Order: sequence, then structure tokens, then C-alpha cells
Amino acid sequence: MIELKQVNKSFEGRQVLHDINAVFYSGKNNLIIGASGGGKSVMMKCMVGLERPDTGMIEFDGRNLLALEDQALRDVRREIGMLFQGTALFDSLTVEQNVAFPLEMFSKMNASERRDRVNFCLKRVNLENVNNKYPSEISGGMKKRVGIARAIALDIKYLFCDEPNSGLDPITSRLIDELINEITHEYGITNVINSHDMKTVFDIGDHIIFLYKGQKWWEGNREDLKHAQTQIKELDQFIKASYFE
Amino acid sequence: MISKPEKTNIFLKRISDEMYKIGIGSLPIVAITALFIGAVTTVQTAYQLVSGLISKSVIGTIVSDSTMLELGPTITCLVLSGKVGAHIASEIGNMRISEQIDALDVMGINAPAYLALPKIIAGIIMIPLLNFIAITLSIYGGYMAGELSGILTHQEFVSGARETFKGFTLVFSTIKAFTFAFIITSVSSYQGYYTSGGALGVGESSTRAVVFSSVLVLFFDYLLAEILL
Repeated sequence: MIELKQVNKSFEGRQVLHDINAVFYSGKNNLIIGASGGGKSVMMKCMVGLERPDTGMIEFDGRNLLALEDQALRDVRREIGMLFQGTALFDSLTVEQNVAFPLEMFSKMNASERRDRVNFCLKRVNLENVNNKYPSEISGGMKKRVGIARAIALDIKYLFCDEPNSGLDPITSRLIDELINEITHEYGITNVINSHDMKTVFDIGDHIIFLYKGQKWWEGNREDLKHAQTQIKELDQFIKASYFE
Repeated sequence: MISKPEKTNIFLKRISDEMYKIGIGSLPIVAITALFIGAVTTVQTAYQLVSGLISKSVIGTIVSDSTMLELGPTITCLVLSGKVGAHIASEIGNMRISEQIDALDVMGINAPAYLALPKIIAGIIMIPLLNFIAITLSIYGGYMAGELSGILTHQEFVSGARETFKGFTLVFSTIKAFTFAFIITSVSSYQGYYTSGGALGVGESSTRAVVFSSVLVLFFDYLLAEILL
């Protein structure tokens, strides 16, 4: 479980996150939704340690990320996997080397064990016979899957997905959603997804947080969402606008 | 900024990869530049040496000394600040804009230590070696130009080159190469690491890397000469 307590973040005097209090549950797809510029990416960057909040606490199962010593922080980070919007695969490495990268850096596996683990992860994301290809030689959907395989190569507890469907066709988007959903429930991972794809929200959103102008405007599950839409003007506007994107 | 690397074997492999890229990858341009610089130095020195009272072996002295003191390390490193510096800055810059450095950070890997340190170490090993090769080829180029154009004989060139040779000249040249190597690799890594603004930003950081490292090479060239000579 990840818990944010009174998190504030500003850039050059402009407040981007206002007093965010939120809980992201284990074994669930926790979605952060909201319009571009609403603070979703900054919130995720604060959670994975790429940005430091001005005030507040971010707790990973009780461990406050902002107060940890270097070694303890590194230990928490090794429990984190992240699927980046642009996949962030290392373009000088093959698919196999990309997935093996965290294993080489942090595990004590030998080469054969690493290869088995890589093949297992690639098979889990339905990718085979691409081990020796470079990221530039595979499609966008395949890159996302390699990104997921790399993220789960180590036994992670927390998975962060930044716009996992961006740049993908609707069919591939659904496949990626299904995959993320399966992995989350199968491994009991605390999954945090940034998205403005309402199909993703209604298909796999177990717990949803709506950010509006840097503030948590609403939270609930996907069953509550339709009802909330009729009550909250900003949420209604966002959902309707999403369908016309 | 730079701390102990996560895994020694991966770190050593990265250093050897970078040594190959910086050393072997730069060999053709360094060799061509050095050969022609040596040849041109011989021809121009002969052109300026109009007095019949001065022995032609002086040309050999001037070519070898100026090559070791200045042309070898400085010209080689100015060429390398363009070739290696731009490559390092654009490689790291591209990793920055495509979130690859963020991916390293999220994994808990010290990105500067992983990306920049192997390049800096590889640079300070390989660039002095390239400097030795450049000096050798430049002197050879000067000798060949003198011989082929009939400016001076083999004996005249060799005796001139040997006459005033001092071991410290070569030591000084190596100190310069080490210093310039550190400047080129560290400045370029820094510029690449702090790239922002997409593809345009990568171009800008590459340009800054070349300009800043070239200017610093020239500045330290003067400073080292003042201090050590």
C-alpha cells in the first residue's frame, strides 16, 4: 500500500499539487485520472522519487520515502517497477538485455538463471522470439510489453504505469490493459496508473482518483464513477471530453 | 554526483566498451589529422627557413618538438572534443529526453556513476594513448613530406628530431592529454546529463559540449604551459 499525506509541490512559485491525501491499495489497479496539466505526472514522479515534494509524506507500506537513508531508499526503489509513457527502453541494448538489466544490476542470479527469468517475463507478456531485437526494431505495443517485462523482472511490490496506452491503437491498448490487470492481481502488486483513457478506467480501474488543477477532486471505484459524473461538473466534463479525444 | 558503482563487473565492462568507442572509434580521424599536421609543419617550416646559415635538420627539431609539445595533444584533443564530446553529449542527452535516465533513477541506479564515470575513465586511458599515436604519426608525416618533396634527407630529419629531444617534453605532452581527456569527457557528460527540451535540446547540448570543452582545452593548454614549462 502506498499512502500520500498532505503532499504539496510547486514549480517556480506555481502550485502543482495541493495538499494531496491519497491511498493506493495492494493488489489493485489504482488509477489517477485528470486532464493534462492537472498534476498527474508530477504526482507520479513524486511517488517514484523523480521529484521531491515541498511538504508531506509518501509512505510505501509505512516507509516514508522522503525520510529514508540512501541504502533504505535504494531498497525501496528495487521494489518499484515503472512503465514509462515512451517506454524508456535502453536503445543500445536488445530486448533480452533490457529485461535482464535490473537482474544484472541487483540480483545474484547467474547468466543461465537470468536467461530463464528473462524468457519467463517475456513469455508472461506474450512476447517470444524477439530476444535479440533492438527496441527500434519492434512495434510500439511490443515496446510497452517489453517495458512491463523489464518492470516485473525483479519481484516488485509496486508498479507505476505512466499513460500505458498512449500512442497505441485501440486493440493493442486493450491488450496492454488486460496484461497490466492480470499482472497486478496475479502478483498482488500495488499498481498506480496515470491515464486519461476512459476505456481503461472503466475496464480495469479498481480505485480511481480524479485530479483537478492539482487537487484531489474525487475518489472512488468504477461503479461509483458514473454516479459521481452526474454530481461533479468537472468530472463530467473530463469524462465527456475523453470520449471525443 | 558520482558515487561507487553498483556492480564492479558491469562497471568494468562499460569502461571497456567506452574505451573501444573512444579509442578505436577515434583512431582514423586522429591518424589522418596527425599525418597531415606533421606534413604541413615540415613544408611550412621549410618555407619560413630561408637562411642558408641554418641547418635543415632544424626542421626535424621543430616538427618533433612542436608535435610533442603542442600539435599532438592540443590538436588531437580539439578534434576529439568535436568527435568524442559531441557523441557523449548527444548519447546521454538522448537518454535524458527519452526518459532512459529516469528509468535508471527509478531503479535506484546512480545514473551519473553508471553513464558518465565509465566514459571519463575510458577517456583518460585512451586519449593519452591516442596522443602517443598522433605524435608518432605526425612526426612520420613530417618526415615523409620532407623526404618526398626533397626538402630534407632522412638523416637530416632524424638527427634534428633527436638532437634536442628531452624526456620531459613527452611527459608534459602526456599530462596535457590526461587533463584534456578529463575536460572533454566530463564537460560533455555534464552537458548531456542536463539536456532538456527534446531533439533541439540534444543538438544544443552537443554544441555546448564541443564549444565549452574546446575553450577549456585551450585555456588549460596555456595554464599548463605557464605552470610546467
